Amino acid sequence: MSPDVLYTIEVILNGLMAGVMYALVALGFVLIFKASGIFNYAQGVMALFAAMTLVGIQNGQVPFSHLINAIFGTHIHHFGWQLPAIVAILLTVVVMIIFAILVERLVLKHLVNQEPIILFMATIGLAYFMEGFGDLMWGSEIKTLDVGLPQGASLALEEYTLKWAAEGTEYYGMYLDKLDMVAALVALGLVIVLSLFSQYTKTGRALRAVADDHQAALSVGISLRKIWVITWCIAGVVAMVAGVMWGSKSGVQFSLSLIALKALPVLILGGFTSIPGAIIGGLIIGVGEKLFEYSIGPMIGGATENWFAYVLALFFLVFRPQGLFGDKIIERV
Amino acid sequence: MASGIEPGAELLRIENISLSFGGVKALTDVSFNIKRGEVRAIIGPNGAGKSSMLNVINGFYHPQVGEVWYCGEKRKGAKPHQIAHQGIARTFQNIALFKGMSTLDNIMTGRSTHMAANMLSQAIWRGTAEKEEIKNRRYVEEIIDFLEIQSIRKTPVGRLPYGLQKRVELGRALAAEPVLLLLDEPMAGMNVEEKEDMSRFILDVQSEFGTTIAIIEHDMGVVMDISDRLVVLDYGKKIGDGTPEEIRNNQAVIDAYLGVPHE
Repeated sequence: MSPDVLYTIEVILNGLMAGVMYALVALGFVLIFKASGIFNYAQGVMALFAAMTLVGIQNGQVPFSHLINAIFGTHIHHFGWQLPAIVAILLTVVVMIIFAILVERLVLKHLVNQEPIILFMATIGLAYFMEGFGDLMWGSEIKTLDVGLPQGASLALEEYTLKWAAEGTEYYGMYLDKLDMVAALVALGLVIVLSLFSQYTKTGRALRAVADDHQAALSVGISLRKIWVITWCIAGVVAMVAGVMWGSKSGVQFSLSLIALKALPVLILGGFTSIPGAIIGGLIIGVGEKLFEYSIGPMIGGATENWFAYVLALFFLVFRPQGLFGDKIIERV
Repeated sequence: MASGIEPGAELLRIENISLSFGGVKALTDVSFNIKRGEVRAIIGPNGAGKSSMLNVINGFYHPQVGEVWYCGEKRKGAKPHQIAHQGIARTFQNIALFKGMSTLDNIMTGRSTHMAANMLSQAIWRGTAEKEEIKNRRYVEEIIDFLEIQSIRKTPVGRLPYGLQKRVELGRALAAEPVLLLLDEPMAGMNVEEKEDMSRFILDVQSEFGTTIAIIEHDMGVVMDISDRLVVLDYGKKIGDGTPEEIRNNQAVIDAYLGVPHE
């Protein structure tokens, strides 16, 4: 094979893995949107908050230590332990569940049957609150997140692919990030588990039922409030997974919450109500932006990754506003 | 809850219910009862408040005045999903199925009130969750057999013709093994043959499962045939209550249907 073909394959693979990461964020949006019609602006901040909490718990940081020290004049910062990653992850899940319950109790419960725009505004408020609350709880400095995921390029793959190139050409093997590969596998596992859960369990059916028709769901004895808490719990866990993956890659810092913006074009492509849509939309955008950057980028000065997804989304808005898999928008007149 | 109520004894009592939306009065001072095991029809011209009455019974609407007594207990601010757990199931005038889900899944949701496995057990599909799933699935298959809809078990209900959707919706309500089944125009938009099928199912449900049925229906021929007693509403007020024979001879009812000049 010529190195060009191999480079293209490498670009596509990298694109697919980047796409999985986008899909992961988009998935959180779709879950909540389907169940309650809320576009959860706070999804990105939830990922940031989960990642901060995970780092904090793992390093034995005292929550609200700055606040406590400021009030009581003490100097506590750490409990002085280092928890194993798995324990920290489980505790973070617990925190996200408590968070979901609080959101339902304090916010959603009071806004039942309100216009979508009002619920959307509420989630914007929630996003800013969580951002500040996270800083207050764990401090605003950039943190490194290390739950033992492999880092760097996969040397084995590089060596293995080295001999694929044709004789006499210059080729140094494929460069794939190990973390990206793990992230792709984890995301795949998560999606499989979620779809099995929603197909074959009572709660899964209830989730789908609520997504379809609120009144009918009530009439068969499904509590909407309970389902909303469950959806926010699942969205919280998905946010945590996304936060861990992105956090391990680029550190836990404010910009992590902006990955939510990357999920928007994915949602427009895949449709706001489709889980497969979120995944395939993510993959298309991942591959699309990497291929575009590789093939056309050099001709127009590069840095196309910043805007490619949004332009693609714009085209979709014009020609197929319901997305690839979204419910068709039919208005009865 | 309903186990102590003998057939023929009072299951549900509506007492002086008044319901209004802003200035619009949907129901005014309506009282009647439903006895265990009977088919009780609620009839009346369009806009008489029949569906509102059903929505009061299943908890979607909370009347401003009046009381609902169920199984000898006065109901206090119960939510629709709690009322479902007390054994009241319903169908809707404009079919409210879960359109993206299969017939089987739709009817399975009707079993919600009979499943109690916790989330963890469900997540790993072991223990109670597994047993429960299998047991309830078996019951759902019985319902499917009963309604003769085996051939559409796996079809997403959104794709089914109207008559079959109505039948699936009945199946979902039946799956709850309800004490009281509320049917909101189960035969609207059906042809004669489909109406006959539906009437047969309703009577079979009454005789085989001993289910109490409250039904809203416009087709007078059918209603007079299948119901034991009727309530007639007009402009939100009760104008008649009794057996089909009594209703046929009730002057107020005849006037409401044929129209008389109001003085």
